[in-house]
Amino acid sequence: MSYKHTISVLVNNQPGVLQRVSGLFGRRGFNIESITVGESEEKGLSRMVIVTTGDDKTLEQVSKQLYKLIDVIKVVDLSANPMVGRELALIKVNAEPSARPEILGVVETFRAAVVDIGPSSLIVQVVGDSEKIDAMTELLKPYGIKELSRTGVTAMIRGK
Amino acid sequence: MIVQTTQKSKEQLREELLKPDVITGSEALLRSLLLEDVDCVFGYPGGAVLYIYDAMHGNPDFNHLLTRHEQGAIHAADGYARSTGKVGVCIATSGPGATNLVTGIATAYMDSVPLVVITGNVATTVIGTDAFQEADITGITMPITKHSYLVRDVRDLPRIIKEAFHIASTGRKGPVLIDIPKDVSNDASPFYYPEKVEIRGYNPTVQPNRLQVDRMLEAIAEAERPVILAGGGVVYSGAADELIKFVNATRIPVTTTLLGLGGFPSAHELWLGMPGMHGTHTANHALQNCDLLIGIGARFDDRVTMKVNGFAPKAKKIVHIDVDPAEIGKIVETAIPVVGDVKIVLEMANQKVKAGDTSAWVDWVKENKAKYPLTYKDSDTELKPQYVIEMLHETTNGEAIVTTDVGQHQMWSAQYYKFNKPRSWITSGGLGTMGFGFPSAIGAQVANPDRLVISINGDGGMQMCSQELAICAINKIPVKIVVINNQVLGMVRQWQEIIYDNRYSHIDLAGSPDFVKLAEAYGVKGLRATNKDEARTAWKEALDTPGPVLVEFVVRKHENVFPMVTQGSTIDQMIMGDSE
Ligand SMILES: Cc1ncc(C[n+]2csc(CCOP(=O)(O)OP(=O)(O)O)c2C)c(N)n1
Repeated sequence: MSYKHTISVLVNNQPGVLQRVSGLFGRRGFNIESITVGESEEKGLSRMVIVTTGDDKTLEQVSKQLYKLIDVIKVVDLSANPMVGRELALIKVNAEPSARPEILGVVETFRAAVVDIGPSSLIVQVVGDSEKIDAMTELLKPYGIKELSRTGVTAMIRGK
Repeated sequence: MIVQTTQKSKEQLREELLKPDVITGSEALLRSLLLEDVDCVFGYPGGAVLYIYDAMHGNPDFNHLLTRHEQGAIHAADGYARSTGKVGVCIATSGPGATNLVTGIATAYMDSVPLVVITGNVATTVIGTDAFQEADITGITMPITKHSYLVRDVRDLPRIIKEAFHIASTGRKGPVLIDIPKDVSNDASPFYYPEKVEIRGYNPTVQPNRLQVDRMLEAIAEAERPVILAGGGVVYSGAADELIKFVNATRIPVTTTLLGLGGFPSAHELWLGMPGMHGTHTANHALQNCDLLIGIGARFDDRVTMKVNGFAPKAKKIVHIDVDPAEIGKIVETAIPVVGDVKIVLEMANQKVKAGDTSAWVDWVKENKAKYPLTYKDSDTELKPQYVIEMLHETTNGEAIVTTDVGQHQMWSAQYYKFNKPRSWITSGGLGTMGFGFPSAIGAQVANPDRLVISINGDGGMQMCSQELAICAINKIPVKIVVINNQVLGMVRQWQEIIYDNRYSHIDLAGSPDFVKLAEAYGVKGLRATNKDEARTAWKEALDTPGPVLVEFVVRKHENVFPMVTQGSTIDQMIMGDSE
C-alpha cells in the first residue's frame, strides 16, 4: 500500500547538500512531491521537509539511503506521528471589481488574506495543510487563476 | 621495484611532515597523503594540478606513477586498494582529466572499494564561468561517490584529506572525491594535520546488535538445510579466517559470489562454487533448496538472484549480515537483520555458535558436487579458454593475484582458477567495466612487488587500456598479461547466439593489433600460443622471464560459458552446456 509520507531531514548546511538529497531521490526512483529547505534551530544545520509517496518498504529504503549521505544527520518520518503540516500558497486570481466581493467571501471563509490588489486581479495568500490549499484553489478556479505558487509542506511533530 | 622506500625512518619522516610550516596547498596535500601512509599515487598531470605536480618535483618521499590515461590511473589505484585493503589514491587534472576518471569512480563505488580521488579544478575565481577545462566534477560524480569535497579554502585541505581517508575506508567502503581549485593548491597556510576525525552524522555501525546475533544462532541451530552466501564484504572486512571457523563449527555449506571468491577457500569440502548466472549447479540448487539462507557481506545482486521472486523459495528465513543497513531488505525480505562489520559479527557468533544437524544436507551437497562438476569439452585441435585458465591455476598452485577484465574470460577465470586466499582475485563485479583488468593488475603489482600478478583479458577489453603497457615496460612492473583471444566480443557473441537467435551484430574484432607486436612496440616481451603444447611452453617462458610479459592465447571462437541462467529464469533453470 502506498501512502503519503512527510519526512524531515536534518542536514549539514554544506554547498551541494540539496543536490545530494534530491539527486538521491531521482536516482533511486523515489518520488518527491514537495521539498522545502530552510534554517533549523541550530546554526550550520538546515532542515528539509520532503513529501513522498510509497509503501513502507520504500520509505524504509528512502530513510536508509538518506542516512548514507555523510551530510545527513537525522531522518524522521513525521507522518508516523501526530504532526502539523503547513504549506503557503500565493494565488493571483482574476478579479474585476464586480467579482471582488464574492472572492473576498471565499478568502474570509478560509481565513486567507489578500496581500495585493491590482486593477483586475488580487493576490491571495493562504496557509494551511495541503488539502486546504487544494480546496481554496478549486474554489478560486472559476474566477480564473493567473498564477499559482506553492511553497511545499513544512512540518513538525506535535507536542513532545 | 618501483616503490622506493626512503632512507628515513617512518618516525623521522612523520616528525618532518607534521611541522607547522607555512606551506602551499599542494605541499599540504603531499604531506597529508604521506601522513596517511600512501606509498604510491597514480596520476596524470595537467594545467589545474601543475602546482601539485610542481610540489612533487624532487620530493624523494613521494611516489607517483605516471599512467598513460586517467582511466589507467584510477583502475590501478583500485587494484592497489583491492589487493591490500588500503586506500588507493589517484590524481587527475580538471575537465577532461577528471571526466576520464568517471568510469573508474563508478567501478569502485559499485564494488565498495576505498579510493581517494583527487582532481584539480579551475581557480575559485572562475568556477562557474565555463572556464577552460572546467567541469563540475563533484556534481558529475555525486551519484557514484560515497562523498565528495570541493575545497574552497586551503586551510580546510588537511582536515578534508583526513576525513576523506576516514570515510573511504570505514563502514561500507567507497570512493571519495576531493576537487581542489588551482588557486587553493597555490595558496599558503600553516600546516596542521588533525589527529582525529569528527563528522557529525557519520557513525557507521560496526558493532552488531547481540540480540540479532543470538537470533541468527538460534535459527542456525534449528536449520536442516542452511546455506551461506558470502560476498565481497567477507574479503573487505578481513573476515576470511572467522568465516572458516564459523563454517567448521556449524557445518553450513558456503557459496561465494564473484566478489567473494577467495573469501572462503575453494579447497574446502563445504564450498559450493559461485552462484548465479554462471554459477555452479551445486551452488544454485543449494540456494533453491535451503531452509535458511545467511547472506554475509553480499548484496543479492541480480546476477546472483536472477529472478528475485523465485529466489531461495524454500528458505523459511533469510539472515543478512552487512555493514550497510541500506542493503538489508533492499532486494530480499530479511527475517534477521544483522548490521555490523562482518568480521566482528562472525567473531561474536563464533563464541557460542551451536551447530544444527546438517549432515544429510552436507551429504546431498557433496553428492551434487561430485555429480555436476564444472566441465567443458576439451579439444586437441583447438585451444580451449577453460584449459588455459586451468593451466594458469595449476602452474601457479593457485597462489597468484589474478585480475580480469570483463567478459567470458572473466567468468572462466572465476570458474576455473580456484582461489584459496582473500585479496587474490580482482575483478569488476558491479559495474562490469571493460578496460579494468590490465591497469588494475599494475596497481596490484605495485602494492605487492613480491607476488605473482596475472592479468587475464579478452581481446576486446585489452584494447581499452593497452597503452599502460608502457608503464609496465618503463617501471619494470612484472605483470604477466594474458590475452584470451577469441577474435570476437565473446560474451556479447554468446548472448547473441543464445538469446538473439544467432544474430551476430557488431562483435567481430577483425583489425585487432598483433598483440605480440603491440607488446613489443612498448618494450614488453610478447608470446603467442595456438595449441596446448604452445600454451604450456609459452606460459612457462612467461613465468621464467623476469619483468612483464604478454601472452596471447588464440582460442576457439565459439566457446560459451556454462552453466548459464538467462534473464527472467530462476537460478535452478540452468543451461548446462556441451560438457561430455
Ligand atoms: C566499457 C564496457 N563496454 C561494453 C561492455 C559490454 N560488454 C560486456 S562483455 C563484452 C565483450 C568482451 O569481449 P572481450 O574483451 O573480447 O572478452 P571475451 O568476452 O571475449 O572474453 C562487452 C562488449 C562492458 N562490459 N564494458
